[in-house]
Amino acid sequence: MNAPSPTLTAPHQAAVSSGKEQLSGAQIVVRALVDQGVTHLFGYPGGAVLPIYDALFHEPRLQHILVRHEQGAAHAAEGYARSTGRPGVVLVTSGPGATNTVTGIVDALMDSIPMVVITGQVPTHLIGSDAFQECDTVGITRSCTKHNVLVKSVDDLAAALHEAFRIAVEGRPGPVVVDIPKDVQFALGPYTPPGETRPIHAYAPQRIPDRAAVIEAAQLIAGARRPLLYTGGGVINSGPAASLALRALARQIGAPVTSTLMGLGAFPADDPAWLGMVGMHGAYEANHAMHDCDVMIAVGARFDDRVTGRLDGFSPGSKKIHIDIDPSSIGKLVKADVAMVGDARACLEALSAEIARLPKTARPDPAARLAPWWDDIARWRERRGFAYRPSTSLIKPQWAIERLYALTRDRDVFITTEVGQHQMWAAQFYRFQEPNRWMTSGGLGTMGYGLPAAIGVQAAHPNALVIDIAGDASVLMTMQEMSTALQHDLPIKVFILNNEWMGMVRQWQQLLHGERYSHSYSASLPDFVKLAEAYGALGLRAERPDELDAAIQSMIDAPGPAILDCRVEATENCLPMIPSGKAHNEMILADDVEPLSQAIDEAGRSLV
Amino acid sequence: MSDPHAPSPAPAPSAPASAYDMGGRSEAEGAATFAVLVDNEPGVLHRVVGLFAARGYNIESLTVAETDRTRHTSRITIVTRGTPHVLGQIEAQLKKLVSTRQVQNVTTDPNGVERELALVKVRNGGPDRLEAKLLADIFRAKVVDTTTTGFIFEITGAPAKIDKFIGLMAPLGLIEVSRTGVLSIERAAEG
Repeated sequence: MNAPSPTLTAPHQAAVSSGKEQLSGAQIVVRALVDQGVTHLFGYPGGAVLPIYDALFHEPRLQHILVRHEQGAAHAAEGYARSTGRPGVVLVTSGPGATNTVTGIVDALMDSIPMVVITGQVPTHLIGSDAFQECDTVGITRSCTKHNVLVKSVDDLAAALHEAFRIAVEGRPGPVVVDIPKDVQFALGPYTPPGETRPIHAYAPQRIPDRAAVIEAAQLIAGARRPLLYTGGGVINSGPAASLALRALARQIGAPVTSTLMGLGAFPADDPAWLGMVGMHGAYEANHAMHDCDVMIAVGARFDDRVTGRLDGFSPGSKKIHIDIDPSSIGKLVKADVAMVGDARACLEALSAEIARLPKTARPDPAARLAPWWDDIARWRERRGFAYRPSTSLIKPQWAIERLYALTRDRDVFITTEVGQHQMWAAQFYRFQEPNRWMTSGGLGTMGYGLPAAIGVQAAHPNALVIDIAGDASVLMTMQEMSTALQHDLPIKVFILNNEWMGMVRQWQQLLHGERYSHSYSASLPDFVKLAEAYGALGLRAERPDELDAAIQSMIDAPGPAILDCRVEATENCLPMIPSGKAHNEMILADDVEPLSQAIDEAGRSLV
Repeated sequence: MSDPHAPSPAPAPSAPASAYDMGGRSEAEGAATFAVLVDNEPGVLHRVVGLFAARGYNIESLTVAETDRTRHTSRITIVTRGTPHVLGQIEAQLKKLVSTRQVQNVTTDPNGVERELALVKVRNGGPDRLEAKLLADIFRAKVVDTTTTGFIFEITGAPAKIDKFIGLMAPLGLIEVSRTGVLSIERAAEG
């Protein structure tokens, strides 16, 4: 590095000149975070971000959670954001610090999670020189952020940070990267509080739906005989009031409700109108209702391939009302008959009001009109799509989740997951009653998400019971964050459904690849009990069904972090399932007689 | 970005990119010109071009320059191809970029004007030389450089006119072509 520049003063000493308060860039960062209402940062220090860490040293209002790998910081920030509705904040250094966050940034982009990632950068005069720990952070993250910016002058810093928070939360939320060179962190400049800076971009997404669309949708719904609400993460992102508006609309129109993986909790699982999750491993009744409905009301959901199955066989007879704050989601994969652009809450409330305004003759009593539809649904429910063969000698993974739910349902509980079979079983068997209680990597499908996400959730909700429902393979991807949990007294619980396999990979190899289990068995797994103890956490194990309840109870009663190694039946498959290349009404169920390896035809084999 | 002189550009995807889309949609593809007004900030061109690359859309031509210094806005004109569905998605995706201020499909806008400039180099002599000059006059192309064995013509106009001119020059000693790509603007309001 070159000789220190004249601005290399102690960054916590503010100077005042020319009327406006002058702060160092690092102080501006810290002040902006405080003014934006940030309470927690997830980060890891390094050379290019040390001035900001120095400024943090003097700021008691910001709690910094020191992770063990920057990917963990990004997922923890996601967990924080998903459980609070506020943007998660990450602070990392240049080069590897920045690149290690990329998986978490893409994860947040795919699942529309508000996040602000502050990265240090080499000093401006060294940018482009292949300096130590230099990388083109804005170049690398341009395609995986909602927006990003390299701040080259301290005069622009405050406005850039406030703009980052605005963009992260406004419209369809997403991650924003702010890359700050080290010399900018040292330089003195003016600080402007939020609200006093002008937005840098014209970005102003539509929040209130167009009146014409509301009227058209209301008339469609009022005339429906087989209506269905299909809701997604957009309802969660819109805030708890959107979930209330959803429940009110469902009652008003008498329609059943299903949801994507991301939308679980917006509608209570105990409500009789709840059909369960839709999609590849969704509920039999939900998928059949999707297929047979006549008016589909999609709210904050994006017709992901895991939801739709085969597109040309997707809900062939329905008119589709698509509510989304992102116009590019509407009509992207499935044609919308009514496009309603706006915030989920605003759209749901507008719909409710409009339907109530229709003359009584135009909206006959739903109970009588929809009775045949509910009869169909009752028939599908009788099929018991989630049924599994119980065992007295082996712990069934489904049963493990059922027991976990039974023993935790009365607690203030938040669930995170990794990715794979355990994630689907958690979505199927854990019953969510409220929004923001379910944190999972939906779009990107990131193994290793759940443990750091649990840390972020626990930081935001210190007194809650936070459980990562994990698989033995996923959890090893970010296991080092147990050390973070111990350091910061975050008593997360890691509930590992241990089948010694990459279970979903094994299942697909059984289904699609002639039972050739290529590299999906994890030999030499660690002893998870000893591993927990090595970190200073409580380690528990359950190997037989009669041990499970006591082990779960010990886990949730533990005052600190705990890992429960739950040894489950190794080759259990996650069912029901819409096989690749099939439609919703072609699900395979656990008790189907056809061998699983023949359930998917040649064309379906090439799909993901 | 594709070479505009390649015989046939790679077709834009004709169906949405779903893992479960089994194909089968057949909508006709058409060309479209989008005028995109963006904040002139570092990396903004990369955002737009990266969007096309990431989602598998094709760029047939691209022009970009700052057009309003006080408001720091640049105008990017992109010629692309796709089915109506794909073109609709391109427009929506462009509008979604935080740096975007305005997106206009100039092709479907009756007030849209599209022009292009090309420099066309020919090497010839004898009757071909006279024929080339004659055709250039008919197309109102200017001679911007001349030697005893060739010309460089400057021609402006609609892209189709330029294509036609280049086609006519091909047997008359055409050596090289440089085109600006399409520029577009909206007609002034009447009255």
